[in-house]
Amino acid sequence: MTSAVSFQHVSRHFGPVRAVDDVVLDIAPGEFFAMLGPSGSGKTTCLRLVAGFEQPTSGHIEIFGETAEGLPPYRRNVNTVFQDYALFPHMNILDNVAYGLMVKGMPRRTRETKARDALDLVELKGFEARRPSQLSGGQRQRVALARALVNEPKVLLLDEPLGALDLKLREQMQVELKTLQRNLGITFVFVTHDQSEALSMADRVAIFNNGKIVQVGAPKDIYERPRTRFVADFVGSSNVLPPDFTQRTGGPGKWVSLRPEKITIAAGGMKPGSHAVEATVTSVHYQGAVTRVNTEAAGQAIAVSAPSSFGAVNIGDIVTLQWPADAFHAMEDEA
Amino acid sequence: MTDTAAGTVHDRHGGLLRRISDTLFRHPHLLLTLLIAPPLLWLGIVYLGSLLALLAQSFFSIDEFSGMVKREFTLSTYAELLNLANVDVILRSLVMAVAVTLAAALIAFPIAYYAARYARGRWKAFFYLAVMLPLWSSYLVRVYAWKLILAKEGIITWLADKLYITWALDAILALPVIGGPSLSISYIGTFLVFLYVWLPYMILPTQAALERVPANLLEASADLGAVPRQTFWTVIFPLALPGLIAGSIFTFSLTLGDYIIPQIVGTSTYFLGQAVYTLQGTAGNIPLAAAFTVVPIVIMGIYLSIAKRMGAFDAL
Amino acid sequence: MRSERGHRAPRALSLAAIAGLLFLHVPLLLIFLYAFTTEEKSYQFPPPGLTLKWFGAAWERQDIWNALWLSVKVASIATAIALVLGTCAAAAVSRARFFGHDYISLLFILPIALPGIITGIALRSAFNIMDFDFSFWTIVLGHATFCIVVVYNNALARFRRTAGSLIEASMDLGADGFQTFRYVVLPNIGSALLAGGMLAFALSFDEVIVTTFTAGQQSTLPIWMLTELIRPRQRPVTNVVAIFVIAVTFIPILFAYYLTRDGEHVAGGGK
Repeated sequence: MTSAVSFQHVSRHFGPVRAVDDVVLDIAPGEFFAMLGPSGSGKTTCLRLVAGFEQPTSGHIEIFGETAEGLPPYRRNVNTVFQDYALFPHMNILDNVAYGLMVKGMPRRTRETKARDALDLVELKGFEARRPSQLSGGQRQRVALARALVNEPKVLLLDEPLGALDLKLREQMQVELKTLQRNLGITFVFVTHDQSEALSMADRVAIFNNGKIVQVGAPKDIYERPRTRFVADFVGSSNVLPPDFTQRTGGPGKWVSLRPEKITIAAGGMKPGSHAVEATVTSVHYQGAVTRVNTEAAGQAIAVSAPSSFGAVNIGDIVTLQWPADAFHAMEDEA
Repeated sequence: MTDTAAGTVHDRHGGLLRRISDTLFRHPHLLLTLLIAPPLLWLGIVYLGSLLALLAQSFFSIDEFSGMVKREFTLSTYAELLNLANVDVILRSLVMAVAVTLAAALIAFPIAYYAARYARGRWKAFFYLAVMLPLWSSYLVRVYAWKLILAKEGIITWLADKLYITWALDAILALPVIGGPSLSISYIGTFLVFLYVWLPYMILPTQAALERVPANLLEASADLGAVPRQTFWTVIFPLALPGLIAGSIFTFSLTLGDYIIPQIVGTSTYFLGQAVYTLQGTAGNIPLAAAFTVVPIVIMGIYLSIAKRMGAFDAL
Repeated sequence: MRSERGHRAPRALSLAAIAGLLFLHVPLLLIFLYAFTTEEKSYQFPPPGLTLKWFGAAWERQDIWNALWLSVKVASIATAIALVLGTCAAAAVSRARFFGHDYISLLFILPIALPGIITGIALRSAFNIMDFDFSFWTIVLGHATFCIVVVYNNALARFRRTAGSLIEASMDLGADGFQTFRYVVLPNIGSALLAGGMLAFALSFDEVIVTTFTAGQQSTLPIWMLTELIRPRQRPVTNVVAIFVIAVTFIPILFAYYLTRDGEHVAGGGK
């Protein structure tokens, strides 16, 4: 099947900086795809390459099987929701949403009907005559979404669309975006630096670092089987343990990741054997349902996420940390 | 690879404008060149070209018999520039420029300080406009206003008479060098008009610099035990200095180059601008006129490089 | 908000500020007063009597009408040229950093940074060298040169404030470069251009130093005034014209201020 978006050894250099470095990637039609990485990792540049704001230095990009490089943004059937929403300040909400249809030459009546439908879709009926400056952040975000969707794009690009919203609104929008995408069946490509957002919304996630894709996979794969130390570090708050440490505790003698929630704390006394280690509690952070306990075992810091019902541990306690035999996930040692 | 020409994903239609737009999009440097070329050519050819041609002429000289310009390289015009009479003109202009600049800084600072730190809301807009309007309003009209004020039969003489201080006015006019038969025919008059006309140029950058002094800096200074006078001299003044210097660039340069004010209000001795004007006009000595214009250019060049080092350009 | 909010300014400071503002404005009021004086040979104060006849006299003077018409034509065309060139330059400079970027900004500011007499004499000698006859167009050429910077400064400030993502959003939604310019760029920079254009007009309308060098026999309104200042005929008529000039320059300046006051100062200073 033809990919919705296909990157074939795509690079984008800015002078000596390799913002995107030999990226190979295929995004399936109808997929909710997230690009996750720290700032400057190349994820936004990848998005801009799809939108047409940037052109690749080398490599080949296809959108639904058709060559995209060299095409300006206005010739691509791809629309973007910008990080700052980029609503036109001199137009009201209806004209903002109808803009794409207007420049295509659609008659006023038709395009306004369609724009109203799009506003309806994002539950902003009745806001047509307002200016962007009169709306809240969440409302602007919806207008930006309606303005892009009204053009019926083949691919919708979202550049950190929830970044400017507060936590509660962000969680609500995550659910709504996911539902919307499922109902419309449009391919969504979503850029974020928030790993929980990526994991909770996307069908697949690509992890970016230094202009390269480090790992692509379903959220569960990425979370449980990080390919490298970087992924383990960046996605969730895994314990990344060095080879010599793991060898001493019955591990593979490689770098491994050990999820904090897979560790149980046994109150002192138990004999440390295989898959267990004696550790000193260095700090305790109550976080509601779980309590995070930071410990130190043989010079190695290990974080534990324990149910708060577990009982009290105090700083300085000697405890035994235990984990199932399959809890170690061995990783490639990236240079 | 798919035959893209037959594709349906991308929009490949559109007329001539769209194709031009495509070309410009694919060649951003072409767009940049198209945008920058016309203004650059205009200023490069019309302005810079004229300026360089003028400077080149300062290396020619005047044939003493025919009065025609001899187009051969010579430094004799510059030697002529160093005549006592010419140096006198240059020094007089410099002293005037310095005096005007200092006086302008003195008067401008309280206005700028008040506007930046105490004026709020409507008052602030009022202050800003009160400075902007004279700045942009007609230069000649403002010079003319002073001709009215300084005239022998004008308002100052009348005021002095009413206040029984005519003796003081006479005493001032009797001063050597700066005095004269009336205020409108004296260096004092010239100085006052220069000061009046260029004052707004000093106020605006000073105010802008003062606006940028964060309030918490003053609070920090007070918190650390400085009394207001110390805060002023150790915090506010040093931070306002770039603004004052930026303003002085204008007052200094404009005074050096002006030939209309001393012609309308002042003595019959020449300032730099008048010398240039007369030389290129009635005297027809373009080379010497050109050499004269080099003086303010060089002075301003030195001035600007010092100002730049003191960070005054950010306050412009 | 500043710490002095609610504090009162020291009395000495207030007095100095008020005195300074009076110094700036009282002379202009005198211009108005003298337009009504009955004394036409000298600037006697107080005026011996008041009359309205000079307004009629000014209306009858054909030389004033000719000068006014010339000034309006010159200012309009110089402003139009400055609008096109200044906007192009601002668009280019705001779009990208390129080789010589800083020097270009300096070049645009130079015509107002250097004394007007240098611009004037440079242009005059260049016209002489090239055997240009002094005409309407030589005046326009000179004025446009220093008007560009006013438009440039205003447009550049607005371009920098306008988010680049707006242009990208427009193209993303299917608008090509020309449509983006028409529907997004122009509406966003329009008021800044209007302000810059009005300031350029005021600047040109009032310019005298460069004009004395680039005009032939024609006289613009400021040149007419200069002649009257040096060799007065009916002194109060000059005042009537001065009042008119104040009005013609004040109104666009006020208007420009209100168009750009949010976050931008009316850029450009310098004549």
